Amino acid sequence: MTMFDTVKQAVQSLHTGLLPETKHPDIDISHQVLLYVEGLSVSFDGFKALNDLNLYINDGELRCLIGANGAGKTTLMDVITGKTRPDIGDVYFGQTIDLLGKTEAEIAQLGIGRKFQKPTVFEEQSVFANLELAMKVNKGITSTLFARLSPSELDWISQVLDTIGLKSHYRMLAGALSHGQKQWLEIGMLLIADPRLMLVDEPVAGMTAQETERTAELLTSLAGERTVVVVEHDMEFVRSIAKTVTVLHQGSVLAEGSMSDVQNNPAVIEVYLGEEQ
Amino acid sequence: MSSIRNHFSSLHDLREKAPVFLAVLFGISIYASACNLWLPEDSIFYVSTYTITLLGKYLCYALLALAVDVVWGYCGILSLGHGAFFALGGYTMGMYLMRQIGDRGVYGDPILPDFMVFLNWQELPWFWYGFDHFWVAILAMILVPGILAFVFGWLAFRSRVAGVYLSIMTQALTYALMLAFFRNEMGFGGNNGLTDFKDLLGFNLQSDSVRVALFLCSALVLALAYCLSLLIMSSRFGRVVVGIRDAEDRARFIGFKTENYKVWLFVYSAILAAIAGALYVPQVGIINPGEFSPLNSIEVVVWVAVGGRGTLYGAIAGALLVNYAKTRFTAVFPEAWLFALGALFVGVTVFLPQGLVGLFKNKKLPWCNRKKTGEEQS
Repeated sequence: MTMFDTVKQAVQSLHTGLLPETKHPDIDISHQVLLYVEGLSVSFDGFKALNDLNLYINDGELRCLIGANGAGKTTLMDVITGKTRPDIGDVYFGQTIDLLGKTEAEIAQLGIGRKFQKPTVFEEQSVFANLELAMKVNKGITSTLFARLSPSELDWISQVLDTIGLKSHYRMLAGALSHGQKQWLEIGMLLIADPRLMLVDEPVAGMTAQETERTAELLTSLAGERTVVVVEHDMEFVRSIAKTVTVLHQGSVLAEGSMSDVQNNPAVIEVYLGEEQ
Repeated sequence: MSSIRNHFSSLHDLREKAPVFLAVLFGISIYASACNLWLPEDSIFYVSTYTITLLGKYLCYALLALAVDVVWGYCGILSLGHGAFFALGGYTMGMYLMRQIGDRGVYGDPILPDFMVFLNWQELPWFWYGFDHFWVAILAMILVPGILAFVFGWLAFRSRVAGVYLSIMTQALTYALMLAFFRNEMGFGGNNGLTDFKDLLGFNLQSDSVRVALFLCSALVLALAYCLSLLIMSSRFGRVVVGIRDAEDRARFIGFKTENYKVWLFVYSAILAAIAGALYVPQVGIINPGEFSPLNSIEVVVWVAVGGRGTLYGAIAGALLVNYAKTRFTAVFPEAWLFALGALFVGVTVFLPQGLVGLFKNKKLPWCNRKKTGEEQS
């Protein structure tokens, strides 16, 4: 069974009600746009990390964000996920949900998952426990105090373990995994939360060529069911997965389009690709 | 893999760990009590009432250490002010015991405790009302430290104060309370505190059997607190809390409101500390503002560090060992104790970062060193 099938199956089983627990609130996507970012500016001590940035992510698309260091990619993710408050601007999830002013936890519960640049997992706990905690369930205090793992939840964890290739490592401490495996575990933690929008920051950093290929396959298979935004430096990787690429430069969008459009855009060549050659 | 479900049930940990702990705790405390009550004083196995009281005091310290381990060992909140909750619990019990004295005080006032008569107060301050009832004292013992911990925790964790800044704030909290309680105007007996207790629920505090009963009561409460904490820490809640300790951002971004978890845990821990204080006071016979001293709270952290963080039993073992050492050491060489304590802390931090239990504890997860039972094929 290819990984694509595994993921498809996992997604289907989820939709057929394997996990009856919580439903993400209805998101109004009547205009096909899942995420609106408009006129966003963030500055740190006078340095403009984001400068009047506009970005629209359609429902179900796989979008790649590229840009040199300091272009504002991670800051953008911080704003979307509630970690950083912008000076000015709007961020809407669907037509109606204003993300600004919500906490990280509230935004996560709306169905926005995030993978950090540096793989961040619960190192002192087993791979299994990491997935258990990330699962889409009620995250309130009383329900975690009395939570029992149901057979369907166990199945779901087991499927995700298959997908991320850590089935045989499920008892290991997450801290004992290799760098690439941690990246995968973190992606697994995203998957198991069944997010509507996945923000993935440098997913293939530190991965072998083979692992990179599998990651590309996984992310591509997820698009459609979910919306995926990937930040990546690895141009080869971006080329292999991207349909639409957005180039950030000094906190604003410099260009947007297919990979070949972007590569041929003179402004991009000058400020970004030009530097590489 | 289905067997993992059992490991993820809270009861599993309770079944695994609690029996040994309870057997040792109750074994020793019942043995010591029996030797005190039923052996003649000249028997070599006789345990003096002084020793019983001393052991009872150690058990209260162990409960306090358990409270600190719950927040520090599991959630990484280094509280250097847990003595404040301990002392507040002690004061609520002390107030009840003061009211129990009635007209047997030096000045023979039926209502006012001696120190109020001494200060020429005419009537009981409002916050002393009701303390002639035991249940009011118990309620206050839970509510006062609980509410203080809630307000403090809510403000601190909401504003995302963490690390050393939080530790300093907890020190300031206990220091401020100490200064306040030193003042006579506060109405808690000033620097003399509350003392000269006569009886508790009508039982004479000086009698051997009441001393033994208090000691056994401390053992029982410690056992209950241990089991309850074990249940909490092996539930999913406990795993969230450990997750917050190791990667708070990650916990937030998978949807946990970490500040609520921290506040809840802090309140739970404060109440444990207060119960420890309330059990401590009738056994030592006095509570004064010295219990709020920042140094006391730091000592508790040393006990936990010596025993080993994040295991619960480690904190208890650490508290018992260090306090036993303190009793012995201060009898021989009192001035040097603080130096010894400091050296112990440094030594443990450098050479035994996991504390004494780290010497014995297998680094792997509990289910790794079990025999393979063929469940892997599933």
